[in-house]
Amino acid sequence: MLAALEVTPAWYLVLGSLLFGIGAIGLLVRRNPLVMFMCVELMLNAVTLTFVTFSRMLDDIGGQTVVVFVLVVAAAEVVVGLGIIVALLRKRPEATADDLALLEG
Amino acid sequence: MVDLVWLIPALPLAGFLVLLVAGRRLGEPLAGWVATAACFASFVATAIVFVGLLDKPEEERHVVKTLFEWLPTGGFSVDLGFLADPLSITMALFVTGVGSLIHLYSIGYMHGDGGFPRFFVYLNLFVFSMLMLVLGSNLLVTFLGWEGVGACSYWLISFWFSDEKNASAGKKAFVTNRIGDWGFMLAMFLSFASIGSIDYGDLALAAETGTFAAVTATGIGLLLFVGACGKSAQLPLYIWLPDAMAGPTPVSALIHAATMVTSGVFLMTRVNPILAAGYDWAPDVIAWVGALTALFAATIAVAQNDIKKVLAYSTVSQLGYMFLAVGIGAYVAAVFHMVTHAFFKALLFLGSGSVIHGMHDEQDMQRMGGLRKVMPITAATFMIGWLAIAGVPPFAGFWSKDEILLYAYDLHPALWVIGLVTALLTAFYMSRQVYLVFFGEPRWNEDPASHAVDVGDEGAAEAEAADAHADGHAEIHPHESPWLMTLPLVVLAVLSVLGGGLNLPFTDDSKFLEHWLHPVIGENEAHIDVATGVKWGLAAAAVVLAVVGIVAARAVYLRRKERVTEPTVLAHGWYYDEAITAFVGGPGEAAFEATAAFDRTVVDGAVNGVAGLVQRTGRLLRHAQTGYVRSYALGITTGVVIVLGYFLTRLTF
Repeated sequence: MLAALEVTPAWYLVLGSLLFGIGAIGLLVRRNPLVMFMCVELMLNAVTLTFVTFSRMLDDIGGQTVVVFVLVVAAAEVVVGLGIIVALLRKRPEATADDLALLEG
Repeated sequence: MVDLVWLIPALPLAGFLVLLVAGRRLGEPLAGWVATAACFASFVATAIVFVGLLDKPEEERHVVKTLFEWLPTGGFSVDLGFLADPLSITMALFVTGVGSLIHLYSIGYMHGDGGFPRFFVYLNLFVFSMLMLVLGSNLLVTFLGWEGVGACSYWLISFWFSDEKNASAGKKAFVTNRIGDWGFMLAMFLSFASIGSIDYGDLALAAETGTFAAVTATGIGLLLFVGACGKSAQLPLYIWLPDAMAGPTPVSALIHAATMVTSGVFLMTRVNPILAAGYDWAPDVIAWVGALTALFAATIAVAQNDIKKVLAYSTVSQLGYMFLAVGIGAYVAAVFHMVTHAFFKALLFLGSGSVIHGMHDEQDMQRMGGLRKVMPITAATFMIGWLAIAGVPPFAGFWSKDEILLYAYDLHPALWVIGLVTALLTAFYMSRQVYLVFFGEPRWNEDPASHAVDVGDEGAAEAEAADAHADGHAEIHPHESPWLMTLPLVVLAVLSVLGGGLNLPFTDDSKFLEHWLHPVIGENEAHIDVATGVKWGLAAAAVVLAVVGIVAARAVYLRRKERVTEPTVLAHGWYYDEAITAFVGGPGEAAFEATAAFDRTVVDGAVNGVAGLVQRTGRLLRHAQTGYVRSYALGITTGVVIVLGYFLTRLTF
């Protein structure tokens, strides 16, 4: 039975889209900036997983190369983003994303 | 020796720079002497180049000396180069020669004027620009000089700018010349567009080898003629020259009689291969414009009372003669008349300046008379100039004018008749001037009310000035001018007597100017075949007409006691100025107003309308920017879903 459950690339793709969906919905419904930030990270990683999968399926190293780039960008983004969020929460511990509406047109 | 050609314009330029920096410190009269020295040194340099050219065989008398590449732009480059050939050196000789004499004269004439150093700054800059114009090896260098002399002319006409009248006369000259310059520039553009060069050598080559289509050559020739009409005061653009008399008299002599106004004739002679390559009717246009201008201006000169206005209209008329000669292909005669005219007209202007100086700034000829007794040198030299311009042999004007008439007789009898009538009028108005100024009873202390008040505003202003005069100093005591002013008069008088010797028509050898100019004009000079007997007859006819004119003027102005009133229409110059003023002030101004209104409403309206539209749209759209991160995220998600949906449906169907 277990042997019949062969893990095909499609599984990874399904997992990736599930993670992406969770991240997207989380981003839309939650108000805590830290959680929203984590949702973004989740989406990023979902895409990364998809890239790797396709890279394997199509036997193309390009996909994995992109992943390395995404990791670097994500790391940089975490540095900046977390810095801002931590600074913000220190000042106003109860702040939500909707309170940060200073850039209104 | 010909390589020294760059020195010719460099010396007046040096004089200009020295005076610009130190003119005020040098003061009077040193600034004037520096300027005169610079101009005279340039004359010496020109003479050296002239001798150098004479040494060369005829076919090598065409030296281009390039100083540097002025505008290197890809496929089009313009050199700052000088062209030394018989035509340019002839021009340079009389520009610097007559120029030096006028510089010298100005030291005396401008004595005591507050702007003394400034005057000589302009004068040297003018000589420099004029030499650039003459010596340039391509149209652009000529144009540089062309604009330079225009600017100097403007500064010098309105030299006494504190008087509104002088300032506006300068502006009039400047604006009228702009119209001509427009033609000059279009000619350059056309020349570049068709052969990719504006060098005189390339232009002549293209014209001779037939590279130019006839229509292009005609276009370039006539556009340059538009420029020449502006600069040389031909119909319909002559109106600025009579007003230009507002400047100091040496300026009128140098710029508005001897040199600058002849540059149009020079330009036409320079591009004679292009005129030859064009349609046959193009030179006819030039000849007719010249002939009509000659006649038109001569009729106006008959009725002017301002001593300088007579000479101004006379200059316009004589320039018309030169264009008549250019138009019928008598280039040598045109240049010949240009040279002799430079001598006698500069002489006449300087003489009139001497009279004005002696009469304490009185310019109305009706208030002069009998001056030959108190100003003997001025009177004697002025009368030589008078006989020269009237066409009495053996003075210079006779020979050159007769040559033009000879060519006209053979090639265009109608133009010949116009030329003869003009010659008669010329003798008449010049004699009128001489009799009014130097002969008859002295009228300079007469009560201004006793002579009929002149016509129009100008007359009123003159009468007013005369009143002020009568109140200020009860009596005028005319006096002879200092030697600084009489010496140039004597030299120019000698030249006006002998100038005809440049091109005597008796034997082939005596035609120096014709042989000298042959390398420039070549086969484009018109050929005439007139029997010797007929030539003598023509000369006799011209002399008889000159004598008739003189005798008639003598009968009208010397024999009669009461004042003769000339036809008002002539005194007003056929109301040409008034017509232009009425046209520009009436329909012209209305058209400008309409254009301005169009600019304000339609052009500005379109620009402002677009700006307003953008502003209103922006005001609407800014509400979309809420500042809520989650609403942006929702927007992005919605967008992604829509794009994804689009692609998926496309894949399926």
